[in-house]
Amino acid sequence: MTAPRDKFGRPIVVVTGMGIVTSLGAGKTDNWKKLTAGESGIRTVTRFPIDGLKSTMAGTVDFVTVEPSSSTGLTERLADLATEEALAQSGIGRKGDFPGPLFLAVAPVEVEWSQRIEVGRAVGKPDFDVNDVLKISGGGKFAPYHHRFMFGSVAGHLAEKFGTKGSPISLSTACASGATAIQLGVEAIRRGETDAALVVATDGSVNQENLIRFSLLSALSTQNDPPQAASKPFSKNRDGFVIAEGAGTLVLESYEAAVARGAPILGVVAGCGELTDSFHRTRSSPDGKPIIGCVRKSLADAGMTTEQIDHINAHGTATPENDKMEYVGISAVFGERAKQIPVSSNKSMIGHTISAAGAVEAIISLLTLEHQRIPPTINYEIPDPAIPFDVVPNVARDARVTAVMSNSFGFGGQNASLILTREPI
Amino acid sequence: MNKPKEAWITGIGIISSLGEGLDAHWDALNARRINVDEKRFAPYVVHPLAPVSFDAQIPKKGDQRQMEAWQRIGTYAAGLALDSAGVKGNQEILGRMDMIVAAGGGERDVPVDLAILNAYIKSNASPAFLNERLMNDLRPTLFLTQLSNLLAGNIAIVHGVSGTSRTFMGEEAASIDAARIALARIQSGQSDITLVGAAHNGERTDLLILYEFDDFNLKDTFDPVWARNKHSGFALGSAGVFLVIESREHAEARGAKPYARLSNVVTDLAQRKQPGAVTKSLETLWSKLGMPKDNGALITGATGVEPVTSEEKAFLGGHPGCAVRATGTSFGHTMETQFPLGLALAALSLSRGALFPPNDPTGLEVEMTKPPTQIVVMGAGHWQGEGMALVEAIK
Repeated sequence: MTAPRDKFGRPIVVVTGMGIVTSLGAGKTDNWKKLTAGESGIRTVTRFPIDGLKSTMAGTVDFVTVEPSSSTGLTERLADLATEEALAQSGIGRKGDFPGPLFLAVAPVEVEWSQRIEVGRAVGKPDFDVNDVLKISGGGKFAPYHHRFMFGSVAGHLAEKFGTKGSPISLSTACASGATAIQLGVEAIRRGETDAALVVATDGSVNQENLIRFSLLSALSTQNDPPQAASKPFSKNRDGFVIAEGAGTLVLESYEAAVARGAPILGVVAGCGELTDSFHRTRSSPDGKPIIGCVRKSLADAGMTTEQIDHINAHGTATPENDKMEYVGISAVFGERAKQIPVSSNKSMIGHTISAAGAVEAIISLLTLEHQRIPPTINYEIPDPAIPFDVVPNVARDARVTAVMSNSFGFGGQNASLILTREPI
Repeated sequence: MNKPKEAWITGIGIISSLGEGLDAHWDALNARRINVDEKRFAPYVVHPLAPVSFDAQIPKKGDQRQMEAWQRIGTYAAGLALDSAGVKGNQEILGRMDMIVAAGGGERDVPVDLAILNAYIKSNASPAFLNERLMNDLRPTLFLTQLSNLLAGNIAIVHGVSGTSRTFMGEEAASIDAARIALARIQSGQSDITLVGAAHNGERTDLLILYEFDDFNLKDTFDPVWARNKHSGFALGSAGVFLVIESREHAEARGAKPYARLSNVVTDLAQRKQPGAVTKSLETLWSKLGMPKDNGALITGATGVEPVTSEEKAFLGGHPGCAVRATGTSFGHTMETQFPLGLALAALSLSRGALFPPNDPTGLEVEMTKPPTQIVVMGAGHWQGEGMALVEAIK
């Protein structure tokens, strides 16, 4: 039997349950089938009017609805679905009694336009000002909106529903949030504070203003027709990411605790690395040093070398800048192997699930290990000669995969990398 | 597991309605000074930020322009903390310094929102109208000034703090957990040195609206936190507080002087639907904290809103020997910043060998004549989340 501790003497952290929701569907089975078939979940937005918008497609989760509708409400519902699936697989604890803390990656929260309009209408006179709005806001009519639009509201709901222990942590590290949540769970188990942690990453925030904000930053693809072909990671004609929704939940446990209760061991979180880029609010340092440092830290944390990594689940947003810098970073660390190792971007099919992406893609990485099959990067018709990755173009590939690196790089200089393995190393 | 490492608070940065820096705050607290504005947002009471020259910590105007007020406040306070710890500009340390920021979001462009809203309602427009107005009226960079993790991003850019960077969200509890995780990482050797803190701009109508939805705002006249029996509520306050926390061995190796030791941080999420849940939670946290002395000192971030303030009072009633100080009276409610503020004032008091005087007409806060050796910092969020920290003198 493998020792329950890694080569650094820390408890080994394993995954015993996973749940996933994306625009492709709910659950691991459906998602895996579609991902390996190269199917896209991106479609023209129908949730709100697209008149006058530069980008009109998204990876919305349209088969889940909440009333009254809000992005925070949908975010919460997606988290519920993913968590229910993960807990059922893991079999940990009892219903409503999870034996560990919650780490939640979630988008920042704001009052949304439908609520603003409702409150504005309640003023009941034309040309109102902020004092008029303030005057009618109190008295309890809109009391539920306080709770709904608190940053801690989704975590409070999940903690109560699933009975996690202690104070739940909500976090945002932009596009790296999902990976950061996993990292916090791994650290807690390695410290010996807990045998289990519930890691949830969720994002249901494709609304008018969010789409427009990313559009105004020129971050989104405008290749609207056909929407399925818009997300083109690593292609020469890539022009931005496609905003999307989804959720991923992982049950993390110490290897020892998982074995003791006979839990399914779906994989190991062998290493986590993180390094902040202090260069610019939205752009990577042109020398790639923070990405290089982040990738190296994850390898060092796992006690592994580049030769042991069989596959990279790329951040691969399809923005001109990100994909170029990801190649610069990976090639600096992996050398010539950067051109041989299969590197695929799930975002070609499910879009960029922002706060959820790091966890959703970690789950897909673990499914890759389980099925020994690598999902493709679709929409790869015109290679970019500046990025000579083997992107697993357009068609899934069977391969021997023992260790996957999953990368997340976000606004605000947030870089995080995870190394996932099938077995303890 | 190995014996937990000792964690020292070696840097404190603070700006608030009472001024900037440790001396200004010490003097203001000893003079029982309160800076409160009942007129500007009348009937809502706020504690406005004292005048600050942001150039002193954020030298590039371009950087200042890329930030919203809360980010400037936080980036400024972070700079003060790095100065105070003697690590400002030390690239070797800053390059591996970890950071946990507790954050909400940035201010909306309220005039733009109101113009769009008025036009939308008046013309009974279709939702497509929103697309046009948002595309034309939103400033592209406004988004970045509002994103929660961009306070940490700005601290990285301006001061070069670039180890790990995590932003916690969730009102008051976010910063209690930030302190808890920072301490746990240092005690276990996962981090040598961490910058932890928060910032809040309380002079915002969009926040007043959000809190008015559930009637949390203090209206009309200011009263100290313990004297709001007739009208409960919090007065939003502006403040930025950051702390440099590091392992004792790391501090000693670089010859850094500590203000105090951060010995423990414990947190909870009481299910508040049950009356008395917060009182019970605070009792449990107290017992988990490591047996603080009942005749010691306690700094609370009590909000002044109900029912949580009464539940806090019930807890304090069970510890009558404790010298209590409520930061809400002097600083207002600074949301995510309230707990780091309590930690900062605890460390400052311990380093100066005295607890600052009471500021409370009700008599709940009593004088403390002997030098404190332990100070408990307490936080119970206005709607959820509870926590406590134990800060101790280093002899």
